[in-house]
Amino acid sequence: MSTVNRKLQYSLAINEALHQMMESDESVFLIGQGVKSPWYVGNTSQGLLQKFGTNRVIDTPVSENAITGAAVGAAIAGMRPVVVHPRMDFMLYAFDPIINEAANWHYMCGGKSTVPVVFWGIINRGGEQAAQHSQALHALFAHVPGLKVVMPSTAYDAKGLMIAAIRDDNPVIYIDDRWLYRHEDTVPEEVYEVEIGKGIIRRKGTDITLVAVSYMAYEAVKAAQELEKEGIDAEVIDLRSVKPLDKGLLLQSVKKTGRVVIADGGWKTCGVASETSALVSENGFEYLKAPIRRVTLPDVPAPASSQLEKHYYPTYQNIIDVVREIVS
Amino acid sequence: MKYSKNFLKKLYQTMVRIRLCEESFVEPILNGEVRCPCHLYSGEEAIATGVCAALDEKDYVFGNHRSHGHYLARVGGMSELVAEIYGKETGCSRGRGGSMHLIAAERGMLGAAPIVAGTISLAVGAALASKIREDNRVTVSFFGDGAAGEGVLYESLNFASLKKLPIIFACENNLYSTHMPIRECRLKNNIFEIGKPFCIVSSKIDGNDVLKVYEAAKKAVEACRKGEGPVFLECMTYRFRGHVGADDNIQGTHTDIRPKEEIEKWLKKDPIKRFERFLLKTKILKGEDLINIKKEAEDEVSEAHAFAKNSPYPEKGELARYVYSE
Repeated sequence: MSTVNRKLQYSLAINEALHQMMESDESVFLIGQGVKSPWYVGNTSQGLLQKFGTNRVIDTPVSENAITGAAVGAAIAGMRPVVVHPRMDFMLYAFDPIINEAANWHYMCGGKSTVPVVFWGIINRGGEQAAQHSQALHALFAHVPGLKVVMPSTAYDAKGLMIAAIRDDNPVIYIDDRWLYRHEDTVPEEVYEVEIGKGIIRRKGTDITLVAVSYMAYEAVKAAQELEKEGIDAEVIDLRSVKPLDKGLLLQSVKKTGRVVIADGGWKTCGVASETSALVSENGFEYLKAPIRRVTLPDVPAPASSQLEKHYYPTYQNIIDVVREIVS
Repeated sequence: MKYSKNFLKKLYQTMVRIRLCEESFVEPILNGEVRCPCHLYSGEEAIATGVCAALDEKDYVFGNHRSHGHYLARVGGMSELVAEIYGKETGCSRGRGGSMHLIAAERGMLGAAPIVAGTISLAVGAALASKIREDNRVTVSFFGDGAAGEGVLYESLNFASLKKLPIIFACENNLYSTHMPIRECRLKNNIFEIGKPFCIVSSKIDGNDVLKVYEAAKKAVEACRKGEGPVFLECMTYRFRGHVGADDNIQGTHTDIRPKEEIEKWLKKDPIKRFERFLLKTKILKGEDLINIKKEAEDEVSEAHAFAKNSPYPEKGELARYVYSE
């Protein structure tokens, strides 16, 4: 790992990963609606079209099913496509090539064919965009065997996980959140990977384990900082990968703290928080001093009205409230 | 003249109401009062107006992300539309849906949604229901040129044709799929031809000429009522503003600006100004009448904004209401 202390924006870290991977591997290409438009993908694709041309940076008509299927086919034929869905709600049109084809392919072919494709879905929520322009659908993908699902919360991970996803021989769902795009942290200039399936401890603590993913990892760290003032020493685990999920790291922490709160930006029912909770119950029940609690979206579609929207998305305050209930 | 004065006046009124209502959002969008993304219909008024004028009250309409015009042409009441866009409880979707989810089911506006092509198959379903019930309704599916990229459109065309469903596929071709000019989306600008392999009567019309739209829609409605549907209408038009919001390109990103000459060319084809010229030339309305109609529409717009501003927001405790029907 580089020691160069260079700060980089989350979105530009993705951009750097794409540049570096497209430079080093001619089989990598980027395809999807809006890849040449900052309005769609922020600055994640800046400079790519100029450098690599329209053969490898392909803006497309609104045809998610066919474009995603084409990416899967190209992957089967030896390429390493990154197909972007600038608003993951539209990715639902592509469920068939992602789930029926890509996820099952290697297994159905008895291991004789691989599908090295990255399905990049952007969570683009808030701003009164309502139910079809706000969804976080990672749990749906995590349910499916054959798919890996990563959700970086830092610029460092955004780059390292994109590189790992592109190099992985399996289909990887890479999900980022527009709310993270301006976040900055240290990002080495060289090519590096963040291992898929490995979480990370963002803050060490002894009283309670806060497990979070994507944007909620920031909220969890904020919550931990506030809780410290009340004398509660929280450990924060950022899962980074939703599938596979870092069971080892999780159980190690729970063994120490005995209490778990899971914060996820998806819906509650059958979500990442549910799965994480089940893993802890099954494997670490003897460590628990209190019930496992979840902080998630309510099981409600995203409302348009700002007055409802502001109560819809969970924040560090919701995490703190729940922690207070179980740490007496 | 084969049209009554009243009918022509109504067409003009509808177009003016849509235009003034749309333009009334520009200021609130720019000053942040309206935060909900609005895809304005300015420039395309003749299509919703002409098509909806050919429908009966019992008929059905489905819209898309750019449906303020469909809603107004179909429904009339402006207050609930404006209130919805302000996120108020009195909005047509009680503030839960916003600009992209407009509904007035009791008036046949069955819904609108921004997933591209997402409501086309739903419209086919409504037409199927009419066929099963033999209720002689016609359904209109409004969608943009961008939707011609989605496979579901082709599946819907085939099924509708196979079952001879009473549905009009009304494609509003404004030459841009968000930031993409149509030449980057398809080799030929001939969307209407996609209906032909499915044996659907298909035509391309001037979508900025309200009477031409009306005539084509009227014929299409008649065909549908006789069991000779579906019909595909490609209406050529142009939006005067960007894909979303108030500016005349896209989100001010300066990557997707439409050529100035192109915008100017289309401004000359403004459907409202064209119809005004016709009305004056044929002496159907006088200059003074036009002014009065605009004044009435202005008042209606002001009242709608006042209604919206004075309306309450949804209650926090009602966040989870309407997830299920109870």
